[in-house]
Parts: sequence; structure tokens; C-alpha cells
Amino acid sequence: MYQYDQYDQAMVDARVAEFRDQAQRRLEGKLSEDQFKPLRLMNGLYLQLHAYMLRVAIPYGTLNSTQMHVLADIADKYDRGYGHFTTRQNIQYNWIKLEDAGDILADLAKVEMHAIQTSGNCIRNISSDHFAGAAQDEVVDPRPYAELLRQWSSFHPEFMYLPRKFKIAVIASDTDRAAMRLHDIGIQIVERDGEIGASFYVGGGMGRTPMIAPNIRDFVPLDQLITYAEACLRVYNRYGRRDNKYKARIKILVHELGAEEYTRQVEEEFAHLLEQGIEPPIAELERIKPYFADPAFEDGPKTVDRSDPDFALWVDRNTHRHKHDSYVSAVISLKPVGGIPGDATAEQMHLMAELAKLYSFDECRVMHTQNVVLPHVKIADLHTLWTKLEAAGLGTPNLDQIGDIIACPGLDYCSLANARSIPLAQKISERFAANGKQDKLGELKLKISGCINACGHHHAGHIGILGVDKKGVENYQLSLGGSEAEDTSLGKITGRGFDEAGVIDAVDTVTDVYLAQREDGERFLDTYNRIGMAPFKEALYD
Amino acid sequence: MIILTGNDLKTGAVVWWDGVSWSLHVENAVDVGDQAGAIMAREEAARRVNVPYSIEATKDENGVRPAHIKDRVRALGPTVRPDLTLKPADPDIGEWVI
Ligand code: HEM
Ligand code: SF4
Repeated sequence: MYQYDQYDQAMVDARVAEFRDQAQRRLEGKLSEDQFKPLRLMNGLYLQLHAYMLRVAIPYGTLNSTQMHVLADIADKYDRGYGHFTTRQNIQYNWIKLEDAGDILADLAKVEMHAIQTSGNCIRNISSDHFAGAAQDEVVDPRPYAELLRQWSSFHPEFMYLPRKFKIAVIASDTDRAAMRLHDIGIQIVERDGEIGASFYVGGGMGRTPMIAPNIRDFVPLDQLITYAEACLRVYNRYGRRDNKYKARIKILVHELGAEEYTRQVEEEFAHLLEQGIEPPIAELERIKPYFADPAFEDGPKTVDRSDPDFALWVDRNTHRHKHDSYVSAVISLKPVGGIPGDATAEQMHLMAELAKLYSFDECRVMHTQNVVLPHVKIADLHTLWTKLEAAGLGTPNLDQIGDIIACPGLDYCSLANARSIPLAQKISERFAANGKQDKLGELKLKISGCINACGHHHAGHIGILGVDKKGVENYQLSLGGSEAEDTSLGKITGRGFDEAGVIDAVDTVTDVYLAQREDGERFLDTYNRIGMAPFKEALYD
Repeated sequence: MIILTGNDLKTGAVVWWDGVSWSLHVENAVDVGDQAGAIMAREEAARRVNVPYSIEATKDENGVRPAHIKDRVRALGPTVRPDLTLKPADPDIGEWVI
């Protein structure tokens, strides 16, 4: 894992001191809320439905056990004993006191963490493939590039006041596990004729106008990576729609200009920037890389004893093939049946930290699906690991199943919400576990957002649910056919919305259509793509 | 009736104007009539509340009920964590929100 150098640490420490002073001045009345709000937001401190909410950045979702223990301690000491892992691989605390915020940031800084750039119109935390460094199908480990981008984007003076927030994802395999094309910039590290470079996708996003990012350059040499990213941002910073918040994301600029014209402008800026020599020396990348070197993998058993069917099921569903054949990546589901997607108690966080230390070279990752992965687990250790997870309610075997629901906080916590998301997720996971249908359905990604901002990725759900406000009453729109993988697509709305009970029945109905119509080996999404919306509509509304 | 709500500056807790000070309990909220603006300006200036606003509510034998669901969630706490609401002993209290 990356370790802060003296610059990283000095920057973060200075920010803690600065924020302490700002918070103190707010408490003393020397700053008004209008003056203080932008300052607290720069440090991830929101005011939400019940209290202040703190969003902590987890760079590319990676944590060591010490950091995870500190996240647990914060939940215990300053919050109400739990935290919420988000679709951008971060963690949010829901019950923070302004008086404590400075101390929390100081605790985080001691373990090389912070909440900087987790809000505001700047470049947010960089996300990446949660199997990075472990996946069998990656060309290289994407994290050194994500780290380089993190350093470049942290406190980048030119990009602190962009027209709107800006999110970057980096992957390095053809399989997309990071919703790369639904980011403002998606970067795929690729290999061409033996050379490593970056393919740039720009102008994707969700929210009220979802867009899939077009590819604007299929190969940028690595020693020009930052320069090219800078050129993409510069064009946006100059021409992004600052006049209208709803049109201010880069996706609108790329869409309005057309990908071709946007690319032309980027290339022009890029040529200009190349002359300026802004690229960090390649030595910096070389300095970063060893932090992500493979741990000392050892050969061992390559199969497990499958005599316990519960264990065998968990292995089949929740482990992912590793580049070393004596290891797997093991996914810890934060989606127990009837539970709150992405929530983990302090005890569970402590346990995950311990297990990461014992079984995964001291490393774990937050997934955008709001689960946690232990990237490098010896196959020989799997049964012991599973036993401990089971005992703590963390062994649910439902990765990528209908019960593995992404749900934003919704109206239970979020001040922007129209409707609650979490109760729906709870009831759907309960229903499909109880009626045994989950097991028949196979891969089915259900995603729920409580409003059009789409934090719960509903546009990209095989089945998506969006909460809307119907004259003060919660109502839900259903959409089908979205995906955030390498076959990225945006779901289509089925028709008129439903109340809470109605939308749960509707999910049941569309899965019945799928089960009746599917052909061999087809996932829900494949069947939908083959037969189209009509049969689903008919079943839902006729 | 018109009632006032906001957050406690230090703790962020949801609070309601009870005629004298800010209460954690919506039951204590009082009708402020046409005094909303004046009370909010005074209380915010004194840092006894953060970002106050006025809302419509009704009052009956069950107490004060904010007109909008969002303020009912604020008044109670997250419906999915009854244990963390202001009525932790009542597992069905979430129904009040709807
Ligand atoms: C509770 C406080 C939150 C607030 C105030 C908030 C606000 C917003 C807003 C305003 C947008 C739309 C931005 C736009 O379209 O320009 C958005 C998008 C998004 N947020 Fe949140 N959000 C919150 C929580 C979350 C959580 C908990 C997650 C992860 C589970 C999340 C992840 C995202 C993602 C992935 C998007 C859509 C991608 C994009 O287009 O940027 N947010 N959020
Ligand atoms: S989608 Fe809407 S309701 Fe859900 S967290 Fe985002 S802003 Fe809040």
C-alpha cells in the first residue's frame, strides 16, 4: 500500500489545523453558516437530516488494518457505533458533532487518511477496480496510476473551483468492475504492442442526465498521462456550464460540443501543455510502484473441501479468481438478508481489519457495490475465514445476486431525498431469500436511489429503482436493462411508478418474466436485451 | 400551524422551537404565527440554532405532525434504525413517518 511521504503528511496535518481553527471560529460565532459551509464541505462535513455527516476518503477503496481499526474507533467514539460504505468506495458517518470534527480529522491524519475533496466542485476521491493487484485479467495493477492521479489532483490549485464535482475511475482490465464509463473521466490502462498506456473515456455520469462516456483517445503514453488528464480538465474548466448547476457536469459539455469537438479542443490544449513540461517525472511513478508490489505469495492447495454445502456456496458466490492460483479474492458481503446495504458496525469493522491482517497481507478494499473485499486470501485459509465471517453475520453468500443491492441512504438520512431507499432494499432481500427465488435468478444487479442524483446507481441496475415524490408521498419508478460493467448501458423506465409495496411486487413480476423466458446461460440482463421491454411491461401493467 | 426547526450548532441535532428554547422533541413545537422570521433571526444570531426554517404542521391528540415526510423523518430519526430514533422502545414507530 502507498505510504505518505513528508509532503503528503504535512499537507494533511496542515489541513487539520486549519479546519480546527475554522470550526472553532464557527462555534464562537466569528463565522456565519454561509461563510463556514464551503469550508466544512471542503473537509467532507455535510449537514444532513439528523446531524452533521462526515465523508472520509478511501483512496481507490484501499485500507490497511490499522486504518480500518481507526474507522471503527471513530464510529464508536464519535458516532453511533456504525458507518456506511458508499458507492464511491468511501465511508460516511451519520451522527457527527461539529465540536468533534477537528478531533476526528486528527485521528484520521494519524493513519494517513482525511476527508479532503470528498465534497465540493473539485476532483473527488479516485476510484478503481476493487480487485486491483489481485485480478487475473488485469494488464498491470491500476493503483500506482490512481495514486499518481491522487497526488496530482490533491489541492490542484487550478481545479479547486471547477464548474461542478469531478469523479475519476481507473481500471486496467477489459472487465469493468468500477463503472468506469459512468465517471467524468474513466481511464483504462491498456497494453499496445508491448507498451503500457491509458485509454481515456470522458463525459460519463449518472444523476438527472445519465451519459455513457465516449472514448476520446485510445492510447496516451504513460509519460503523458497527467498532461492529458490536465488537458481534459482545462477544457472543461474553461467551457463547462457554470451558469446552470444542472448542466455543469462535464458530460453536458462533451454532449453539447460533441465528442469530436471536445476531443479536438483537448488535443489542442494537450499539444500546448506538452510544451510546458508539466508531466511529473516518470521517477515519481517508479517511486510509487513498489508500494503496490505483490506480497510474498506462497504455493499451497488450489481447491477447497466442499463437503459443507454452505461453505461451498459462499466460495462459489463470494470469491473471485486470483492471479496466483493458490489464492482468491474473498468478498465480505455487507448485505445480510434484511440488513442495511453498506452499513457496518464498529465491531464488524474491527473484525474485518483483523481478518485482513491475518489472511490478506494486511489489506482490504471497499467495493463500489458497498461490500468489502480481502484481495489476497490463501485458498487454504478460506474455511477458517468463512467460519469467522459467518459468526459475525458477514458471511452472506450473495455477491452479484438480487440480495446484493446497492442502495443510497435515501430519505432515512439524506436531505436531498424524495423517498426512502433502504427499507425497499431490506424488504426485497427478505422476500427473495424467503421465497427461494434468489438462488434461481443468478446474477442480477438491483440498484436503488432515493432521488434523481443517482448515488445508488439506479440507471445502471439490471433492475433500477428511483424514488420520486408524488405529492408528498413516496413513489418509485422501475427501470430495466442498465449495466455498469464493460457492457455499460442505461436502464429504461418501465412506465408509471409504484408505491412501496407495489414496487416490491413489480420486482417479483419482472423476475418471473425472466425466469419464464430465459434461455440457457442467460442472465436477467441478457434476456432483457434479447426480448426487450414489451413482455415486462405487459406483465407489469396489463 | 407554523413551527420552526433547525439543527443545533454544536451537535447538529434536529431541534424544534418550543416558545422558550429549542427542544429535541417535535411534540414540544409551538405555533409561531407570524413571528417566524423574527424568532429565527434572533436565535440564529445568538447561535442557539443553525439554519432554522419554518414549516407547516398539524396538531391533534397524537401531538404535532410536520406536513412534509422529510421533516417527519427528521423529527423521529431513521425509520430503518428504530433503536436510534427518539422512540427506541417502539419498533413500529417508523409508521408515524408515513
Ligand atoms: C448523503 C449525502 C449525499 C449528498 C448530499 C449527495 C449529493 C449528490 C448529488 C447532488 C449528486 C448529483 C450530482 C450531479 O449530477 O451533478 C450526487 C451524485 C452521486 N453521488 Fe451522491 N450524495 C450523497 C450521498 C452519496 C452516497 C452515500 C453515495 C454512495 C452510496 C454517493 C455517490 C454518488 C454517486 C455515485 C453519484 C452519481 C455519479 C455522478 O454522476 O457523479 N452519494 N450526489
Ligand atoms: S441519490 Fe439522492 S437520496 Fe440518494 S444519497 Fe444521493 S442525493 Fe441522497
